[in-house]
Amino acid sequence: MAASGLQILVAYPYLGTKGDLYSWYHWQGAAPPASLRLGQWLAGARHWHFAFMWLFTANALVYAVYLLASGEWRRRLFWPPRDARSAWETVLHDLRIRREPPRPVGLYNGMQRLAYTGVLLVAPLLVLTGLALYKPVQFPRLTAVLGGYDFARALHLGVLAALALFLVVHVVQVLLHPRTLVDMTVGGQAREERPA
Amino acid sequence: MRGTRRDFLVGGVRAAGLVALGGLACDSNRPHAGFLGAMERVNDRFQRALFDPDRLAPELPERDQTPPGVFPQYKIGRDYPYAPAGWALAVGGLVATPLTLSLDALERLPRTRVRVRHHCVEGWTAVAAWDGVRLSEIARLAGVDRSARYVEFRSFEPRYFSSWDLESALHPQTILAYGMNGEPLAREYGAPLRLYSAVKLGYKMVKYLLTVNFLPVRTGGYWEDQGYEWFAGV
Repeated sequence: MAASGLQILVAYPYLGTKGDLYSWYHWQGAAPPASLRLGQWLAGARHWHFAFMWLFTANALVYAVYLLASGEWRRRLFWPPRDARSAWETVLHDLRIRREPPRPVGLYNGMQRLAYTGVLLVAPLLVLTGLALYKPVQFPRLTAVLGGYDFARALHLGVLAALALFLVVHVVQVLLHPRTLVDMTVGGQAREERPA
Repeated sequence: MRGTRRDFLVGGVRAAGLVALGGLACDSNRPHAGFLGAMERVNDRFQRALFDPDRLAPELPERDQTPPGVFPQYKIGRDYPYAPAGWALAVGGLVATPLTLSLDALERLPRTRVRVRHHCVEGWTAVAAWDGVRLSEIARLAGVDRSARYVEFRSFEPRYFSSWDLESALHPQTILAYGMNGEPLAREYGAPLRLYSAVKLGYKMVKYLLTVNFLPVRTGGYWEDQGYEWFAGV
């Protein structure tokens, strides 16, 4: 989805309407590198994008249902009274400002929960802005709420950038702690969850 | 936990295999074929289901109009074509009364102004005020037969055409335009007559119109035959 989206962006690598581009966007006219693109040309990329949007959405729905039905949301979602302090301590610890590790609050630390929850909050925006771009006339209220077609298009790209940043940080963290890769793939040792 | 994870992983690998197979059946240079083509046909039905023939795109105020000269101009040939001498629009196909309409005759028909956001397949938008006559008015005058399901618009520019679903063609904001921003339509924008609509992407709006035919079947189009999707509703 991301790669075909970037190929679509190449057809008009600007944000804003014709004659009134957004001044805050610093990459006007800059096409994303070819190695990140899929679909070869506009029509090809659009077909990829609209073919796999169903898989993307279905996958998200399956995940959301699993998260709720399994009770997994309890230990993954950010809950400030439990996690806020731990999140802050994690940041200080990772930045080498604080020597002691963050207080344990369960399998995930507060900062992890904040990041996962942030992703879960913005990822649906990807679908909603996409829907506004796909059918701006059939979904006029959705398009208006998202700031109009041109702003929804900027949001669509912005959320992708945010998720890409999350992915990079996530992968770097895993590289720094390779054992977690095994844990997250085949399941780690069940650890005691402490009550909040 | 371990057992269910394993099941989950096996299922995941199988699903990934299916997706990879689907990916192999995708050819970016032939988007109408293979898996991409099959999904286009699914999305065709999806788009038709989403299309509400009574829903109007918001009419925009004059201050939203794109500055003069900035509204993009596109041509498919080497130059913008000139209308043949004695140009007139021919309306035919599955109609009770085939029509031949000169520009004068078209201008005498009820005039409609459409000022909506224009959505290009490339991703840009722009706004202009288009003056013309509703295609639904032309359809009424010609007496379109019940068996007509599609409309084919052809240009005097060779090979330039597009075919539409009847519902989008008869939408109140689909017009045959002879004026733009209060002026007669310029050659760069499709003079003497072009299709304009609030409910399709720009490439469906054929310029330099010569014929409008109501048909029982859908045909292709200049852009569509190259690989762009056929329905292209917004």
